[in-house]
Amino acid sequence: MSDTKSKSGCACGCGTDSVCADFVAALTGGGSAALPEQQAKLRREDVVKPVIYIGAGTCGLGAGAKKTIAAVKKYLDDKKVDAEIVEVGCIGMCSSEPLLDVQLPGQARVSFMHVTGDKVEKLLDVVLAGTLPQDMVLGQFRSDKVKMWPDVACLDEHPFFAQQTRWVLAQCGVTDPLSLAEYLAFDGYKAMAKVLKLNPEGVCDEMEKSGLRGRGGGGFPTGKKWKFARAQENEQKYLICNADEGDPGAFMDRAVIESVPYRLLEGMVIAAYAIGASKAYVYIRAEYPLAIERLKVAIAEATKYGLLGDNILGSGFSLKIIIKMGAGAFVCGEETALIHSIEGRRGMPRPRPPFPAVKGLFGKPTIINNVETLANVPPIMLAGAEKYAALGTKGSKGTKVFALSGKVNRTGLVEVAMGMPISTIIYDIGGGIPNGKEFKAVQMGGPSGGCIPLQHVNIEVDYESLKTVGAIMGSGGMVVMDEDNCMVDVAKFFMDFIQRESCGKCIPCREGTRRMLEILQRATRGRRNETGVDALERFRGMVYLERLANVIKDTSLCGLGQTAPNPVLSTLRWFRDEYEAHIYERRCPAGVCQELRTFEINQEFCKGCGLCLKRCPSGAIVGELKKAHYIIAEKCIGCGSCVDVCKSGAVQLVEMAEDTIAAEASAEAVS
Amino acid sequence: MLNIEINGKPFEAKEGETILEAVRRAGVAVPTLCYLEGLAPTGACRICVVEVEGMPNLIPSCSYPVGNNMKIHTHSARAVRARKTIVELLLADHPDDCLYCVRNQKCDLQTLAADLGVRDQRYGGEKSTWKEDLSSPSILRDPNKCILCGKCVRVCEEIQKVAAIDFIGRGSRTHIGTAFDEGLNVSSCINCGQCILACPTGALRERTYIKEVVAALSNPNLVPVVSHAPAISVTLGEEFGLPAGTDVDGVMVAALRALGFKYVFDTSFTADLTIMEEGSELVHRVSNNGKLPMLTSCSPGWIKFVEEFYPDFIPNVSTCKSPQQMMGAIIKSFFAERMKLDPKQIYSVSIMPCTAKKFEASRPEMMNNDVPDIDAVLTTRELAQLFRMRGMDLKNFQPEAADTPFGERTTAGKIFGASGGVMEAAIRSAYFLITKKELGDLNVEAVRGLEGRKEARVNIDGLDVGVAVVSGLGNAAKLLDEIRAGRNDLHFIEVMTCPGGCIAGGGQPLETDKAAIRERMKGLYKLDAEGPKRTSHSNEYVQRLYEEFLVKPLGEKSHHLLHTHYAKREVML
Repeated sequence: MSDTKSKSGCACGCGTDSVCADFVAALTGGGSAALPEQQAKLRREDVVKPVIYIGAGTCGLGAGAKKTIAAVKKYLDDKKVDAEIVEVGCIGMCSSEPLLDVQLPGQARVSFMHVTGDKVEKLLDVVLAGTLPQDMVLGQFRSDKVKMWPDVACLDEHPFFAQQTRWVLAQCGVTDPLSLAEYLAFDGYKAMAKVLKLNPEGVCDEMEKSGLRGRGGGGFPTGKKWKFARAQENEQKYLICNADEGDPGAFMDRAVIESVPYRLLEGMVIAAYAIGASKAYVYIRAEYPLAIERLKVAIAEATKYGLLGDNILGSGFSLKIIIKMGAGAFVCGEETALIHSIEGRRGMPRPRPPFPAVKGLFGKPTIINNVETLANVPPIMLAGAEKYAALGTKGSKGTKVFALSGKVNRTGLVEVAMGMPISTIIYDIGGGIPNGKEFKAVQMGGPSGGCIPLQHVNIEVDYESLKTVGAIMGSGGMVVMDEDNCMVDVAKFFMDFIQRESCGKCIPCREGTRRMLEILQRATRGRRNETGVDALERFRGMVYLERLANVIKDTSLCGLGQTAPNPVLSTLRWFRDEYEAHIYERRCPAGVCQELRTFEINQEFCKGCGLCLKRCPSGAIVGELKKAHYIIAEKCIGCGSCVDVCKSGAVQLVEMAEDTIAAEASAEAVS
Repeated sequence: MLNIEINGKPFEAKEGETILEAVRRAGVAVPTLCYLEGLAPTGACRICVVEVEGMPNLIPSCSYPVGNNMKIHTHSARAVRARKTIVELLLADHPDDCLYCVRNQKCDLQTLAADLGVRDQRYGGEKSTWKEDLSSPSILRDPNKCILCGKCVRVCEEIQKVAAIDFIGRGSRTHIGTAFDEGLNVSSCINCGQCILACPTGALRERTYIKEVVAALSNPNLVPVVSHAPAISVTLGEEFGLPAGTDVDGVMVAALRALGFKYVFDTSFTADLTIMEEGSELVHRVSNNGKLPMLTSCSPGWIKFVEEFYPDFIPNVSTCKSPQQMMGAIIKSFFAERMKLDPKQIYSVSIMPCTAKKFEASRPEMMNNDVPDIDAVLTTRELAQLFRMRGMDLKNFQPEAADTPFGERTTAGKIFGASGGVMEAAIRSAYFLITKKELGDLNVEAVRGLEGRKEARVNIDGLDVGVAVVSGLGNAAKLLDEIRAGRNDLHFIEVMTCPGGCIAGGGQPLETDKAAIRERMKGLYKLDAEGPKRTSHSNEYVQRLYEEFLVKPLGEKSHHLLHTHYAKREVML
């Protein structure tokens, strides 16, 4: 492989000119004697000068990592400190970003949290001097090669990480995403080198043995799927990586591509080899510019060293990977719509059979795997299927990455072994609900999924068991909701999303979701100006809501349509009382639905500052300066602007007695 | 053979057929809205869902292949409930104006709602509102009535290769429109009207000229004249309950007179005239090294297609006007002169199987001294409507003969109505023009039939002539691509826009399906087999027209009145 040696080195400029080539040579049995030394260096088991790592995934950048990086550079320049800066991906603790790690020579690497630009100077001053500001320390990396810091907890003991099993996310946020050398030093491409020596059927068998199921939502056994395509005799087959992550609240695919792009490429080569594809596409949404940029660099680097492209590692197997940017249509995550989109046609699903494995992209056998699925492939192939299958439950093997968000203390990406109770994820890993509020539900699986209520929060993470409570694994979005969330409002949010994103092809999904949304909108509309006919419509809608939902489930063309009513059905199943409160009592128990709430000003607390009066959009507040103000209930639209501006906590939600409202409602209906 | 069970009865299904095909063969009616015979199913409407034992969801029968031992329930309570709900959902976003709709009582959605017993609007809500597209001289679109089955889109793209319309927008904002949502008139639409035949509701209709025609008929200062196309007499009867393919020529003539037309002519006469001109043009091209293969020019949808998509073939297109326009030109020149009428006094109507003819009649090329050759075009459907409006049933008329001189026709002109007819008529006459002898067997079977492309080699006095007949512009495009790629063994190609020819035109009765087209074709060839005169050159009145007026084929007068030129057309593609 000496001909692939290049002088230009890695794209990150880490000065590893010929190292990559040496590692690549080693994959096929060659390599130099200096390799173990190089490996230790690249793994940064110890360093010769201080290394500063900064989390620079989209999440980190969103929290201000760019300013942190600039501040670090300025600090090093100003103070003439010789140190190395490494931009890493996302380690998963989004709520603690920006994260900054420091590794001093002979010392373990330490992570600091919330290191915004303004805190850099103070932090580095003390850390480089050898002391750690305890309030900012997140934890230190465990090491047996260097000295551990005293009195500092290890990261792997941190409650966020302690119960995780990091298989896909192993290197995320730890190494430089763009450095091929670093990826190789952490056993990268060893799985691919191993696989290219096996026969493709054997690779499919191994995958089937691992029990890995599609992580995009469908949960179809990956090995079985590969075998379908393997069995097709066709001169051209395709592999597609589905990176069209569209569920609200899911971001694991983005993080994986941004943090370990080579991992995805390696997985793709293995999958393509197994099914016999010579061309592969990564269908990625254009809203992920950083992921696209890193993927492009990774493809160029891997191609340069013969890890992609023609005759990979001299095996005779070739694979070309093409990045195809999607324009952000939710439905294009559905495999047949995705295929249409790549073909340059309108992204609309088509009926199956024929399945893509038989007749897919451009009419050729095609396998579509999600990012997380493919990123699972190299470690499975390297460690062996048995090791992977030992994790998890009977029907759901291995690990699953979840994007934990919503009303939970520690939001971020977590990877746990299948079978872990959801309560463990929320309370132990996520740190529970903030501000001492009560847990109400966790939404799983995005618009296709459902809500799990408190009484089932101990349920295990497993494809089948989640279904029993009306939720799905989905792509792994996990949105925690507390007592302040209105479940009717949550259902309305998802229905609104779905009816906008419906491709418009099949009638039940296009027309049905629209009517379901209207029914929910009627339920949350205020009594003001409601006529008897409107009220009748509101009741009638509720009568037919479930029937409509069931027909949509039963008849829609694609998976997205078939699961579209789930957010409504599951909230209806577990929170029927909230629906009833909205419809019959005309009140929103959580105080979320604007039109169903009224505020009043507590005369004792009001200081008469007049802020609320100025802010009120409907002129519902009256009062003299420095005297208590009043809200005219008939004019109040329930927007809550007054609550937001009041500094003395005088504005309060009116808790209407249930019987009063019911009486009023029936009086209006009669009139 | 696969053993399946349909509604509890055993049935032998064929390997590879869909559930829908199997159950229909078994005589079970499963409704559809988006299914199109012969095209790949899209599974959009979900009306055809059936229950299959062991399957978790209802199964779209149009796209799902039958499997061995499948137990199918086509009308289980669950399936019927789903169908009814789907229809109710469609109605919730559909105007409630059936009584005013062009498709009242001929609407698939209306029929389905009636069959399923929809009696209540359970899923009320906001209705979408869209602007109607009234820009085209041929086809009007009302997106409010569109149920987005996509049949028009598929016919336009897959059969005609025009793709003037497609889906736009997402969710409940999805609608069908042209490029940049502009009017059909500036789009690549070729006005063929196949979309109207495909449309299950009143979302697509022809621009009707009934009002104008009725006004002209009652205007004492005008002389209303009508001419009917070769394909009308074998299709009009269907509108009055007669079997497809029944020839109603005589009674139709009588009914047209009863409507108030002063003269009733047969466009087949100018079809014969077309053969004389086009045949001579072919002979001229062959003997003078002209541009070959020559392409026919009778079908106006095809002409616009060439102008837009294959402008490099314009020199190949015959310069002859279509029979409709020849008739119009002759009526307003020769006929006006003879009858001592001002051409402006004549109101010339043509009855056509075609919506593109409306566009053709409005082309600036088809005017003479600012007087349009044809004043109004009615489709078969509109004529039937007009008859019904006047309380006229064809069954109550006695056959009458058309007016001479232009009512006289040979059956060569008549078979213009079927794909291959122009070619067959041309071969009969070209043989005569070159050899001065009649063709031994006048039947040219090789160019007959419903296939999309038919080819033949004809030996005319030692000259080996390659001919091809295509119908459906997708088939035409394929052939033109071959010629572009270097194919050079063809001399003459007949192109018809609609698959099967004018008998399947966009202006024909809505019940136009494969079986009906076959019967209509049979009807035409039966007339030809029994006809006394079967070659265009034997039409005496055509000969007299030359003697008294035109002088000779391709002569100066012909050139002025019967020929034209086309040019590249810029549209939004």
